[in-house]
Amino acid sequence: MTTTTAASADSGERAVPKDSPGAARGPRRPGRIRRIALPYLLLLPALILELLVHLVPMVIGIFMSFKELTQFYIRDWGTAPWSGFDNYKVSVDFSAPVGEALLHSFLVTVGFTLLSVGLCWLIGTAAAIYMQDTFRGRGLLRALFLVPYALPVYAAVITWVFMFQHDNGLVNHVLHDQLHLIDKPSFWLIGDNSFYALLTVSVWKGWPFAFLIVMAGLQNIPGELYEAAALDGAGLWQQLRRITLPSLRPVNQVLVLVLFLWTFNDFNTPFVLFGRTAPEAADLISVHIYQASFVTWNFGTGSAMSVLLLLFLLVVTGVYLLLTSRGRKTADV
Amino acid sequence: MRRIRAAAAGAVTVSLLTAVTACGGGSSTGGGSNDSPKTLTYWASNQGASIEVDKKVLQPELDKFEKQSGIKVKVEVVPWSDLLNRILTATTSGQGPDVLNIGNTWSASLQATGALLPWDASNFAKIGGKDRFVDSALGSTGAQGKDPAAVPLYSMAYALYYNKKMFADAGIATPPATWDELIADGKKLSKGGKWGLGAEGSNPSENIHHTFVFAKQHGADFFTADGKPDFTSDGTVAAVKQYIDLMAKDKIIAPGNAEYAQNQSVSDFAKGKNAMLLWQSASANLKSQGMSDNAYGIAPVPVQSGTPGTGTNVNSMVAGINLAVFKNSHNLDGATKFVKFMTSDAEQKILNTAYSSIPPVKTAQTDATFNTPANAVLKDTLAKSAAALPQVADESQFETAVGTAVKALFADAAAGRAVTTESVKAELEKAQQQMPAK
Repeated sequence: MTTTTAASADSGERAVPKDSPGAARGPRRPGRIRRIALPYLLLLPALILELLVHLVPMVIGIFMSFKELTQFYIRDWGTAPWSGFDNYKVSVDFSAPVGEALLHSFLVTVGFTLLSVGLCWLIGTAAAIYMQDTFRGRGLLRALFLVPYALPVYAAVITWVFMFQHDNGLVNHVLHDQLHLIDKPSFWLIGDNSFYALLTVSVWKGWPFAFLIVMAGLQNIPGELYEAAALDGAGLWQQLRRITLPSLRPVNQVLVLVLFLWTFNDFNTPFVLFGRTAPEAADLISVHIYQASFVTWNFGTGSAMSVLLLLFLLVVTGVYLLLTSRGRKTADV
Repeated sequence: MRRIRAAAAGAVTVSLLTAVTACGGGSSTGGGSNDSPKTLTYWASNQGASIEVDKKVLQPELDKFEKQSGIKVKVEVVPWSDLLNRILTATTSGQGPDVLNIGNTWSASLQATGALLPWDASNFAKIGGKDRFVDSALGSTGAQGKDPAAVPLYSMAYALYYNKKMFADAGIATPPATWDELIADGKKLSKGGKWGLGAEGSNPSENIHHTFVFAKQHGADFFTADGKPDFTSDGTVAAVKQYIDLMAKDKIIAPGNAEYAQNQSVSDFAKGKNAMLLWQSASANLKSQGMSDNAYGIAPVPVQSGTPGTGTNVNSMVAGINLAVFKNSHNLDGATKFVKFMTSDAEQKILNTAYSSIPPVKTAQTDATFNTPANAVLKDTLAKSAAALPQVADESQFETAVGTAVKALFADAAAGRAVTTESVKAELEKAQQQMPAK
């Protein structure tokens, strides 16, 4: 990945390696090779495992996406007939039912991800900034904030399932019986509201991570900056806008990206919340692909959808990294 | 900065890679053998009130088998929600059990994978012949014209369970025999926080079982004679609508039942919240929830008019569990012996009594245990008015597609949205289009 040209394009002062291949020094060469090779040698086991654990199944997945893989062939899927790009064609033909459903699921996922990541970031950042000042009970509160992050996903989401239940759930009890905010008990696990139920659980589960990361990022901002700003007459809002947020930029860059990828690919939350078939309003793409592969036994099409999802995420991530790093470089100049 | 970017790149790569790894898999070929004649693994479906109950029921019988044959059986009770996936995984990897339970409606789908041992004449001869089994049970062991992929183990049928006291309190003397009567009775019973009937609106399989029966009663079917999906015929649409209308229009099912999928309607019935329940072999379950046998009555599932029978008076699917052998078992002879043991008269009596099901073995069925009034209804239904679900390779996909469509319609009904012939047809149309193209 890091070729010399890339390195030189990246940062000028390191562009020319001190000891270029031309400057080889005869007798000491074997030792040097060993020294240079050693880190790579140490990396090798991890690399091989990475290949086995991730790359090989991925290649198999791509291979499968070009096959007509149904129940007739799963026992020995090597014998499944080639289907060329048929699986892809079916997946992206948005005027036909399979493609239409995939597009719907994709759009639901995009909307859900934007809302979830936005809210997680907002709540996490607000909480972290609020927690910067020392006050009595801060440690306890911090620990409490991390509870959703520490709980096993399955146990936490199952608890939400109980709370969202129509007849005996806590959510309806509070919203309807106690606060009288809704006319009659709502359904949260079926129908249109399921989207909000999913969003609630996702934000509840995700924001402590944002909180944790932003809190760590805040530790690196020197206190003098705020003191100086205060002397210059900057209010809280200005301090936030001109010091805190710009200083958090690199942290936020990673945070938002990781939250985005996790949320977009989240399988556990919707699966535990809704089971094998999610309501249309909350049909996230991960469960949708699972359903296409494992519930309707159309593994070829499911694989094709996975590959498309991978391509989409690659493009989004690439563009995002490009944009955010370019923005930072111009800011640095 | 640089380190952060490297971390980001690392995180991205790992996340992206995992996106596609979900669809990896292995392949396996080859038949079975008798390499390990001393052990067997058995995946049992969850029949009792809990997995522990099942273990308690099965273990003594497995010990008995070990004493007779010298073969040790390792049993694992698999919950229903996992069973099909587990079988599918085992099929793909070739690392499955030797003997397993399958829901009989999946027979043709699993048969299509080629992973199960076909029960041809010679295999059947080893367990006493095909004639020992009841015809209706044999009807759901695989596609027509092919050797069965499994052997019937427990048979079940739907019946109408009704709360005697609630019926008496509402002044209803006899259980309803037609849907009109059921709705009229249901309306009398649906008051004061109690409801006429229970349902499992979010359970695709339950939805399929009921709408299948309604479709039969409308003279329609979900598949054409040559096995193509046909979900949108007038009869099928009317059938699905009639089922949903029990909640949407007739209002004898509590809207909350639209999100039930964990047998909550059985608990509701046991607690007296619902006066009626359409269920298969619920007795053992009700007993474990503290409802005594004489608190409820059992009647045949209603029909449109007349009495239950064949054709448009079908009032149940042929429900049940089959016993299958994985083709690549390392103990084929032992597996066959185990199937013989489990389908022997003696074991059939013990197991079917424990699970309040009916033996699919003719000679075991004549035992006095299965002649109680409750079992008489089930036996009668199985013999005269039950039909097997379509035995097509796409049955499993059909269960999901149509079951989910019905779930969505129940959600509409529960939210107070109108359920019309058009909306039912639209949902079924969508379900049909999701079926694999042929």
